[in-house]
Amino acid sequence: MTAPRTKAELRSSPHLHKPMSVDMIMRHVVYALLPVCAYAVYQFGISALALLAVCTLVCVGTEHLFCRLAGRASTINDWSAVITGLLLALTLPPSFPLWMAAVASFFGMAVGKMFFGGLGYNVMNPALVGRAFAQAAFTVPMTTWTPALAPGRFTEFIPSTLTPPFLVPTPVDEWIARVATEGFTGATPLALMKFEQTSTDTLQLLTGTVSGSAGETSALLILLCGLYLIARKMMDWRITAGVLGSAAAVSGLFYLIRPEIYPDPLFTLFSGGLMLGAVFMATDMVASPETSKGVWIYGALIGVLTVIIRLFGGLNEGVMYAILLGNAMSPLISRVTQPRRYGAVKKEKAPA
Amino acid sequence: MSAITHAIPPFLRGGTFAHGVHPEENKHYTAGKPIQRFPFPRELNLLLSQHAGKPSVPLVYPGQEVVRGEPIARADGFMSVPLHAPATGVIKKIELIPTAKGPRKPAIILAVHPGESQEMRYGAPRDIDTMSPEDIIRAVQDAGLVGLGGAAFPTHVKLSPPPEHNVDTILINGCECEPYLTTDHRLMIEQPEQLVKGTQILMRAMQAERAIIGTEDNKQDAAEAIRRVLPKDGSITVKVVPTKYPQGAEKMLAKALVNREIPSGGYPSAVGLGVYNVATTVQIGALLPWQRGVIERVVTVTGPGIEKPGNYLVAIGTPLRFILERLGFRGSSQYLITGGPMMGETVSSLDVPITKGCGGFLVLRPEDVQEQSIPQVYPCISCGKCVEACPLYLNPCQLGKLAVKRRYEEMEDYHLFDCFECGCCSYVCPAGIPLVQYFRVSKAMNRDLKSKAAEK
Repeated sequence: MTAPRTKAELRSSPHLHKPMSVDMIMRHVVYALLPVCAYAVYQFGISALALLAVCTLVCVGTEHLFCRLAGRASTINDWSAVITGLLLALTLPPSFPLWMAAVASFFGMAVGKMFFGGLGYNVMNPALVGRAFAQAAFTVPMTTWTPALAPGRFTEFIPSTLTPPFLVPTPVDEWIARVATEGFTGATPLALMKFEQTSTDTLQLLTGTVSGSAGETSALLILLCGLYLIARKMMDWRITAGVLGSAAAVSGLFYLIRPEIYPDPLFTLFSGGLMLGAVFMATDMVASPETSKGVWIYGALIGVLTVIIRLFGGLNEGVMYAILLGNAMSPLISRVTQPRRYGAVKKEKAPA
Repeated sequence: MSAITHAIPPFLRGGTFAHGVHPEENKHYTAGKPIQRFPFPRELNLLLSQHAGKPSVPLVYPGQEVVRGEPIARADGFMSVPLHAPATGVIKKIELIPTAKGPRKPAIILAVHPGESQEMRYGAPRDIDTMSPEDIIRAVQDAGLVGLGGAAFPTHVKLSPPPEHNVDTILINGCECEPYLTTDHRLMIEQPEQLVKGTQILMRAMQAERAIIGTEDNKQDAAEAIRRVLPKDGSITVKVVPTKYPQGAEKMLAKALVNREIPSGGYPSAVGLGVYNVATTVQIGALLPWQRGVIERVVTVTGPGIEKPGNYLVAIGTPLRFILERLGFRGSSQYLITGGPMMGETVSSLDVPITKGCGGFLVLRPEDVQEQSIPQVYPCISCGKCVEACPLYLNPCQLGKLAVKRRYEEMEDYHLFDCFECGCCSYVCPAGIPLVQYFRVSKAMNRDLKSKAAEK
């Protein structure tokens, strides 16, 4: 008698899995970014909307293209390319020409992520790689700022937005003169601080009724969206705390020494891209260390570097380079901060 | 060493260990169900190696009549235990039978006499209080006692620490941190007297001054039941710790109850501890005063895939199929897990017998398994969730990356061999990377490489 042979499938433990997956985390990061995006559109109108759309589409498209070129299944369903697109758009000036945004997106995605092998293998945050490229290649448009809450922003584009590909952006001075309120200088609060030692009201910084990148202007909203992710345990709050804490501490120190030329800590925290960087970019899981001690060091390093660049560098904003440097350091930080294992045997003391 | 740890004020000692995970407990299937005796099957399959160490040596021949409780195999040296007849009957044969892990192993097949009352006639009372520690340790071996929590490590070996180790505290492990399982929970509620008796015997054997029975806060009723029967002298206490997996691991329990760390690669006795599972301790309390051996154990049969989940007192050697058929099992062996869902393994066949070490069977449905897995394995995104989960503070993230690159030897620098495969890292990994499964393979590969190097 022979028993019918059945296929036996043996599985090994654990047989349970926590209901949280990579695509779920990434999707929730996108959800958390949506209010920031919506507020950017409210402030800067259809130009910001177009910028978000173009960056996201190009990022997703680039990932898809590279997967196909490599002959493997497309990985766009993990939502990480969407995050890169949205983040990149949020760090660009609202008047940034769309064709340049597309090039920056392609570069960030291709060089920053896909060349390394896609999600999980990239060394740096791809959105920031794209932005760094834009900063180098398109310096003038990257530093051209337009006023928030301009009248007619939902019906007409900022003239430079629709610059035809590979052409110099249409000048926006005339448009700004038409829409801006009296006294608009085209400078961000950070530039005002750096070059004119003029501080901006903290309340204004919190609500974001200032000029700046599409998404970096409302510190309060960004913080709230970050809290949502922290509550869902999808973001490492220690990195954000490390960045903000050390930035506040270092700038506080300088403020105590010479309050007349250095900004106060609150201004440091809520101005420029620090909040967006601390909440959404430094916390990029792939490019940050995985050890508990490591994330604190990494966060603190970014905070310190940001303040140093802001106060002493040639640029008025330092978050981007601080995070990129932090990213580059993170494998090293991980390596030197390996956790102390349970029951590690101490070296025997020599008998007295 | 212990003087140093005692110097730490109590408010700095945590009531639990750091890290760990909180899987769904799912104890509701069986937690409220009293232990029921399970009927005897027609035949019992008694594996000669149900424990860690050398297999037992048969003392019987085919055709021999045996009485319930009578020894039928003896210990082969110190790292071995004897085997006792779980029922009155006749020895049919000694042959190879399938085991849960796969390979066939020798077993004594005992045909149970039908219609026999199975009254316990074997054994004689003895006064434990006059016995020396050496006598107790020998008696524990004679009783065939092994760790009933699952490891099936001979108990008398654990009772014989190196002479330089001075054990001051016995920890009784009643955490049962694995989801679904309720064996220890029911034993603590229903047999607290035997538990306390067993604890006292263990204290006497190891000459420890105090004992702590540790349980998790999802078993307050068990803690209450034990507290009612504790001796007045205060030598034994009950401590309730937070419910968290893997609280029931020896090292985690030592940290939670007395804030001592068992050294890596060392025994609990190195920090003055002896750690024993509740089921084992109850058996010691029940068997030793009667000079009896282990012939049955409580098994939780549970899960959504079974009609009549419950806690059953089952004779050792009862075929799994016999149990499952009576409890309404629908499905195949691949959804049947011996032990809990975090560390248990699927069984290779339904024709395997109950051994001393198996405390539970979990029956899942295909849809439960589906629900519990991530459909796609993503690359590691270095989120560090595994680092936050590992109760031994290892770095599973780094270990996993090295395993994929087959750099098995380098994994030792990241303490691969400290890993006790609790499964927390695989449980939390959002990328669905089978980390602990990688580590099992890596350990085997590493040992392989070493033995090859030794040959050269």
